[in-house]
Amino acid sequence: MDNFSTLIGGIAGDGINEAGLTVARLFSRLGYRIYMYYDYPSLIRGGHNFSIVRASREKIAAHMDRIDVLIALNQETVEKHRGRLKDSSFVIYDADKVKLDGIKQKGCGLPITSILKEATAPPVMKNTCILGGYCKVVGIDWSVLEDVLKKHMPKKLELNMQVARQGYDQASEFCRIDSINDKKDENDQKLLPIITGNQAISLGLIKAGLGAYVAYPMTPSSSVLDFMARYAQDFGLKVIHPESEIAVMLMAQGFAYAGVKAAVGTSGGGFCLMTEGLSLAGMAEMPVVVVMAQRTGPSTGLPTYTAQGDLHFVLNAGQGEFPRFIVAPGDAEEAYFWAGVALNLAWKFQVPSFILTDKVVSESQYSFDIDLAGDPTGYMVGELKEQAEQAPLLWDGLGEYKRYRYTDTGVSPLAFPPQKGQVIKTDSYTHDESGITSEDQQITRETCDKRQRKGQSLADDIERYETVKVFGDEKSKTALLCWGSNKGVCLEAARKLGLRVISVLVLSPFPEGKLKDALQGVERLLAVECNSTGQLARLAGFYGIEIKAQDRILKYDGRPFSLEDLLGELARALA
Amino acid sequence: MNMNPKDLATTAGNTWCPGCGNFSILSAMRMVLAELDSVGYPVENVVLVSGIGCHAKIVDYMNVNSFYSIHGRTIPAASAIKIANPDLLVICFSGDGDSLAEGLDHLIFAAKRNIDLTMILHDNRVYGLTTGQYTPTSPQGFKGRSTPAGAAEHPMNPLELMLICGASYIARAYTHGIEQLQTLFKEAILHKGFSFVDVLQVCVSYNNLYESYNKWTYTVQGNDAASFEEAQKIICSWNYDRSEVPIPLGKFYEIDAPRFDQAFSERRPNLSDRDSKINELLENFI
Repeated sequence: MDNFSTLIGGIAGDGINEAGLTVARLFSRLGYRIYMYYDYPSLIRGGHNFSIVRASREKIAAHMDRIDVLIALNQETVEKHRGRLKDSSFVIYDADKVKLDGIKQKGCGLPITSILKEATAPPVMKNTCILGGYCKVVGIDWSVLEDVLKKHMPKKLELNMQVARQGYDQASEFCRIDSINDKKDENDQKLLPIITGNQAISLGLIKAGLGAYVAYPMTPSSSVLDFMARYAQDFGLKVIHPESEIAVMLMAQGFAYAGVKAAVGTSGGGFCLMTEGLSLAGMAEMPVVVVMAQRTGPSTGLPTYTAQGDLHFVLNAGQGEFPRFIVAPGDAEEAYFWAGVALNLAWKFQVPSFILTDKVVSESQYSFDIDLAGDPTGYMVGELKEQAEQAPLLWDGLGEYKRYRYTDTGVSPLAFPPQKGQVIKTDSYTHDESGITSEDQQITRETCDKRQRKGQSLADDIERYETVKVFGDEKSKTALLCWGSNKGVCLEAARKLGLRVISVLVLSPFPEGKLKDALQGVERLLAVECNSTGQLARLAGFYGIEIKAQDRILKYDGRPFSLEDLLGELARALA
Repeated sequence: MNMNPKDLATTAGNTWCPGCGNFSILSAMRMVLAELDSVGYPVENVVLVSGIGCHAKIVDYMNVNSFYSIHGRTIPAASAIKIANPDLLVICFSGDGDSLAEGLDHLIFAAKRNIDLTMILHDNRVYGLTTGQYTPTSPQGFKGRSTPAGAAEHPMNPLELMLICGASYIARAYTHGIEQLQTLFKEAILHKGFSFVDVLQVCVSYNNLYESYNKWTYTVQGNDAASFEEAQKIICSWNYDRSEVPIPLGKFYEIDAPRFDQAFSERRPNLSDRDSKINELLENFI
């Protein structure tokens, strides 16, 4: 078994996300790599939710439409997803509520409602019960489920175990998922945690020395706030949820002024409110990290669905001209690594720094290998010299302090109050080196040049990183160009078709040279994006990399590309 | 040796109109900060935060740490500075347009949180820098550039708002009383909690109320500042409209109350055991 997909569906409030995670943890214990896509409407109770959990021998970051097992807690799940079943698929369902009329695939009905009633268990335990049945059906040993439940459901464990065992005992085995753990040596298949992109971002920021996180809740960024608040005590974080995104952006800069490394998080609408503060960060040279998780727009759009529609907004947000760093990670490892790098670069160059995600990267669950991710606090793991090079430039304490002292790199040394005998002034107006307002022509030009020099220094510095990645067949004359969450699906499709994949991680400063290197020998370039115009394709166009309209494979229905979606599009495009 | 208030000047040329009430605020604040420096509150521990408007230029004129913010946004920047380093004395300067129109939500939340900041409101009841429009404290009928037929709405009473929102120090001063300004500024800065000082600041160019203020202002005596009801009564005795009634000045309210910034005092990133904690945490996700 190389690949195995399970879909579990029910109504909002059934705990579908958690049930999907339980399935993911079962496979993870057997040595598989996990990707889970979670699909839910914007409501609290009712409505249809589903999780697709995909397990694979290889690291993956995409879902497939076709599934091997359908777990149906209600009739709607069967009706909505029956088209995904293969001849060989199974359906596991609550026989008290669901009828499998006209479905020819093997089914295993369990009297979930009756089992819960008999055990006087609350309705939410139907998940545990049906997952007990699931383990039997797919041939996962009871001990594996027992281990997962003990670890992740310590509350009412006995009752959960009881209903799960009932489900397990009443089901029959249809297939056998083998463990792939015991086949190689232990290091090859270590047990990996399963985390979301947002959790990976949070950890990367913490690793790089985050001191404060400020956010106003907005899907799909809210889980960063939840995570930071939950672990604030452990990591000594100051976590604040203030009155608006406007306050968020200004608080981050208050923290920066006082020497505390801060990050903020939001989605498009909230980011609109942050833009006046973003421009302040540009003028006042305040380091601030923005986790910007895209969802379907314009306006409220589809709050819980995905898009890559805000690239140009983030590239250009805020009045005036000032440098910024933008990175779009494509999975949990990249999210962890680049979140840390984004924080380092924000402080090293005193610029706003963006981690640009979407609903897919932010909320999907990934097997996460921290060793594979790399250490964001240094260019190479363990190299102290490199770590020091990525540290902020601090004032040496000699002479008179000037917050905006002109330097060759454009970066002025930082100092934080209190400093005896010194004054630290920051200013949203055009200002002189001391931070005092000025309308002088020469100072206006000089400070503009200073910001531009900083942008160039930043562009030079990121040369050390892999800002553009090439996957698949590196010799192929046909290449897929992608950014962010589409990396996973492009990579798999390219492997099947023998194509090259070029994933652009850093979008500002734009890695023109590295992208052009990656394009060597490419005769046909196809852009794969979740927006309606091809935003990366348009950006590449500024640098003379032309991608015709018919070579832009675009999806803008709020849902990510499945592997089948992309293979279908490529078959048409390459026909 | 005591600090001379003149040491707190900068080389920036002053661009306020001759006769502007802001000069009194500047000079009173320099004197207060110089005095505090000599009694255990060193000036390097002070951070001034201003918005945008005539008031905001004050930070360019004071050789003190400062964060010259954007319009309406003193409070959130100041709040984070205080939370980042509780040893700092953080003083906001704002205007009536700045804090009562553009940034009113932040002001309400500062009072609600009773965060340990001082807000000096340069309340000239007109937009000066944009040359004369009505503000939230302009009287009904105010003829400004955006309301040539007279403002249709009644003004708000910022002190009443601050009282019900939870500010724990509330006072009003007038720019024609430098001693009172000093007394109230010093009290407000030393008060632990959110301090709000409404300064009736005369704008000589667009809203010259010297005559009216000279006639109607008086300083409250012997009031019980710990009493919410008494403070409310004094505060509501003048509603900023053009009615001809006495205008009270002085300290109206001061209580001790829990503060938002206290919740963060122990939070410092511990870098030494961070890696092991990250690994421990990841174990929970297996």
